[in-house]
Amino acid sequence: MDLVTPGFGLVFWTIITFLCLLFILRKFAWKPILGAVEDRENGIKSALASAENARKEMENLKADNERILNEARAEREAMLKDAREIKNKMISDAKDQAQEQANKMIEQAQAAIESEKKSAMLELKKQVAEISIDIAEKVVREELSNKDKQLKLVESMLSDAKLN
Amino acid sequence: MTFSTFRNTLFLVLSLSFSFAVFAGEASENPKKEKFDAKEMIMHHVKDAHEFHIIDINGKPVSISLPIILWTDNGLVTFMSSAFHHDDSGHHIVEKNGMKFVKYHENIYQLTDGAHAIEFDADHHPINAKKPWNFSITRNVFMMWVSAIVLILLFVTAARSYNKSEGNVPKGIAGFVEPLVVFVRDEIARPMIGEHKYKKYMPYLLTIFFFIWINNIFGLIPILNGANLSGNIAFTMVLALFTFIITTVSGNANYWKHIFWMPGVPVAMKLFLMPIELIGIFTKPISLMIRLFANITAGHIIILALMSLIFIFETVLIAPVSVAFSLFITVIEIVVTAIQAYIFTILSALYFGMATEEEHH
Repeated sequence: MDLVTPGFGLVFWTIITFLCLLFILRKFAWKPILGAVEDRENGIKSALASAENARKEMENLKADNERILNEARAEREAMLKDAREIKNKMISDAKDQAQEQANKMIEQAQAAIESEKKSAMLELKKQVAEISIDIAEKVVREELSNKDKQLKLVESMLSDAKLN
Repeated sequence: MTFSTFRNTLFLVLSLSFSFAVFAGEASENPKKEKFDAKEMIMHHVKDAHEFHIIDINGKPVSISLPIILWTDNGLVTFMSSAFHHDDSGHHIVEKNGMKFVKYHENIYQLTDGAHAIEFDADHHPINAKKPWNFSITRNVFMMWVSAIVLILLFVTAARSYNKSEGNVPKGIAGFVEPLVVFVRDEIARPMIGEHKYKKYMPYLLTIFFFIWINNIFGLIPILNGANLSGNIAFTMVLALFTFIITTVSGNANYWKHIFWMPGVPVAMKLFLMPIELIGIFTKPISLMIRLFANITAGHIIILALMSLIFIFETVLIAPVSVAFSLFITVIEIVVTAIQAYIFTILSALYFGMATEEEHH
């Protein structure tokens, strides 16, 4: 058998052996091995993908939480602000009202005082007049008890009347 | 030059000159001794044989006898190669079913009636004999079967171990085998053929890769020396033929268009390229065949030639040089076993990829 001439027998046996080997290995070795490797790779891939999904979901959840928290905080802030405003307004309203009321009361009191004063004055004047008339009556009564004095008075009055 | 290389060179020169001197002295003392024919020894080891010769003890060969299967004009003839009594010179005649057979230089001839010894003409064609169809289980066929059984045991065991393990975890032998399988898939099939089509070719690519590799390795084991299957042109021819057939069968319209009417070049160039591409269809598998054959055979020849130095110089003093160099070559050859299997597989995959490539603009 020459070095560079293919021997017929070996060609024959190589074809048969190779085809048998290819068939047997394909069925009993390559398919199970490649299948197992592929299954595992797919498993790893899907596990990685689900991990990534979980991570994203977690992030979303976190972002949601943050958002909700922020919203709540903002709401609280707004509510507090409103409450403060309402409080201020109420206080100022109450103040105004009280002021008004007070003013009114003062005014009323003043008016009452004024009218009391007036009536008191009137009473006073009346009493003063009565007292003065009483006094005058008494004085006149005494004066007119003798003739001289009566005359004197008439004279003085006449002189006054003349002057006028 | 570093000191160590200088020292090695000095050692080489000294040992060479010393052994020359010893050789000259011994040659004059033993002029009758049969001359050692390195070429014949090497060719005997590199080529196929009908028996598994292991060692000579006291001049008696120890060998495994292998079956000889011949298809003659009178039908099938089978006998064991031991019937030739290790004779390879065509002297020992085996008579079977009334036919006479001789073995000459590992070829089996059927002598014509009345002939008692094989005779050759000037062109080395036998005058009084013809060659029957020889289906013998030669040592290469024998080693091929051994390697096939080893491959089947190895990979089927590995495949089975996946069933036992949970979650397809490679255990035991599968842990050793799986990276190699994944290497063929991810480094050879996927990049060369493409993501969508590689699966169809995986069984073939894996089989040739491991079949070539294991036979390359078996060829290097000294006790199996001569089972140079992957360095036999018949073996490489068959594998190249399979690659050729698969490439041709799976060739799509785009592939044939690139061969017969190359797109994107002027018409004159198309006509010029057509015969070149047409020849290329055949040169590709032929190059596969020759590359593997030549690489593996060359490695064997170098190792055997280095070992032959001991017998050519007829002194054991050259042995350190021979052993050192053949060790060096053997280490290279171990790398070459994998590289050649890889090259054959990757080029096959490349051809499949070219045959199935879709047109893209």
